[in-house]
Amino acid sequence: MKEMSKIVKNITKLVYGFIIIFGFYVIVHGHLTPGGGFQGGAVVASAFALLLISYGQLEAKKLLKVDIFSLLESCGLTAFIVIAFLGLGTTFFYNFLANSGGWFGNAVTPGINPGDMNTAGVLPLMNMAVGLEVFAGLGIIVLLMAEGAEYTNKEGEHRNDR
Amino acid sequence: MIGNFPYVTVAVSIGCGLYILMFQKNLIKLAIGINLIESGINLFLITLGYRKGGVAPIYTQAPAGKAMVLPTPQALTLTSIVIGVATSALVLSMAMMIYKHYGTIEVDKARRLRG
Amino acid sequence: MKKIVFGIAFILFFSFMLVSAINMRPFGEPTFSEMDDYFIKNAQSEVGANNVVTSIVFDYRGFDTLGEATVLFTTISGIIALFRRVNK
Repeated sequence: MKEMSKIVKNITKLVYGFIIIFGFYVIVHGHLTPGGGFQGGAVVASAFALLLISYGQLEAKKLLKVDIFSLLESCGLTAFIVIAFLGLGTTFFYNFLANSGGWFGNAVTPGINPGDMNTAGVLPLMNMAVGLEVFAGLGIIVLLMAEGAEYTNKEGEHRNDR
Repeated sequence: MIGNFPYVTVAVSIGCGLYILMFQKNLIKLAIGINLIESGINLFLITLGYRKGGVAPIYTQAPAGKAMVLPTPQALTLTSIVIGVATSALVLSMAMMIYKHYGTIEVDKARRLRG
Repeated sequence: MKKIVFGIAFILFFSFMLVSAINMRPFGEPTFSEMDDYFIKNAQSEVGANNVVTSIVFDYRGFDTLGEATVLFTTISGIIALFRRVNK
């Protein structure tokens, strides 16, 4: 995959950080506004795809490493399961932080309200864990498919057969 | 007044996907057919949970005095969308590897042994 | 011959789907909604989240999300194994 023209590269440089920040905003506010871990993770991964197609594969691979993404994805899934196990005093997946007064433990006023960040128990933590897993996973998919498109389209060269 | 138009849309979308799966031989077209069936099913789930004049089931500054649509089909559709992305990524990766291995992505030509 | 049989089966199935789509219950009036009414009414006091969909995804039906995250993880493991280069 070759790099694109100078205009696309400069616009990418301008917009790249804002897309990632918007994705993390969607992840963190998942219990108040539309969105959540999956959607925010997909937004962050779209920033990686933009970097990949505008700068080309060789430049982007200096910034995005498959090994680090793989580590982040495993950390996300493990954190999700650990948070689910922490409520095992009552049941699996018990929301032990909700309405407890501590972390994320404020009680909400019933009905329509402007929203309080410090509510909803373990839901923001689970959103962050799933968001970490989803953006790392989709980043791995994008990177590996770009690399595969590099070495699968050579006609007449089938050295890598298995 | 749109009547039963969303259900008809679901039937047409699933029908197009089935047609592609039955009569086409290209692997990329088969992936497109699978995605069409999947989006038809997602639309069907969302359509089943709609309530007339309802708003999204989120209490943050919602408009007052309106009914809310059913939240369970939306949650299950969210699950279904992510699984669909995963499976279509796997299908397309396998199509790329088949093209590299056999030099074609037609299903009936990729049968012979090679190498 | 095979194409004719496939065509007849497809036309039968598609006409069944169209007829049942026209004869469905009217759009916008769910028949059974007791569970969803319970979720809408009690999600704020039980879970404490304003977003009812998130409270269902991560709290009431957490096992679905666990299985779905596992499916994503397995798929990405499969893709990494598929694109692994042998003689590098």
